[in-house]
Amino acid sequence: MTAVEPLKQLLAGAFPDATELDVVDRTGGGDHFQVAVTSASLEGLSLVEQHRRVYEALAGPLADGSIHELRIKTRGSA
Amino acid sequence: MTYTNEIKDVIDGADVALFMKGTPQFVMCGNSDRALQALRRAGASVTTVDVLADPQIRQDLSAISGWPTIPQVFVKGELVGGADIVEELERSGELETTLRSKLGDDYGAALDEKTISLVGAV
Repeated sequence: MTAVEPLKQLLAGAFPDATELDVVDRTGGGDHFQVAVTSASLEGLSLVEQHRRVYEALAGPLADGSIHELRIKTRGSA
Repeated sequence: MTYTNEIKDVIDGADVALFMKGTPQFVMCGNSDRALQALRRAGASVTTVDVLADPQIRQDLSAISGWPTIPQVFVKGELVGGADIVEELERSGELETTLRSKLGDDYGAALDEKTISLVGAV
């Protein structure tokens, strides 16, 4: 069980139509992550709104401190 | 005790507000540095607040903005985003466009970086 899988599952639940959904443990320490999401549901939203959707999906691990640092790359449907 | 009013004063009062970990002279986090450097490259006069001065600052800030992470950048009272967004806007040229449209064409004429300490103000 890596630290990446639970985050992927949360994102997959929030973005069921995602064409790209990637979570990378940037440091191997299990708390610095790089997330990439491409989804039609993000189309037309500002970057702030797109990132908010990702934060909402990961609200649990953000609040309990299991995500120490999060880098986000979002795109509307490619 | 709460910093809500002081934080709102900074957000509404500063042309460009950067809530960061540390100060421009002593940055305590890579992402705060990324945001600061992108804003500097765009010629913005940044007003910074060190959220590490008191954990309550970060809590109150996120309650106001609905944004869970640090740094947070505001231009004329509006949340622009964190380090990833600011860098992405810089790459696309939109950062300067936003600064120009909200602050005027001469926004970069006189660089005036400020650091505001909220601790002791409350």
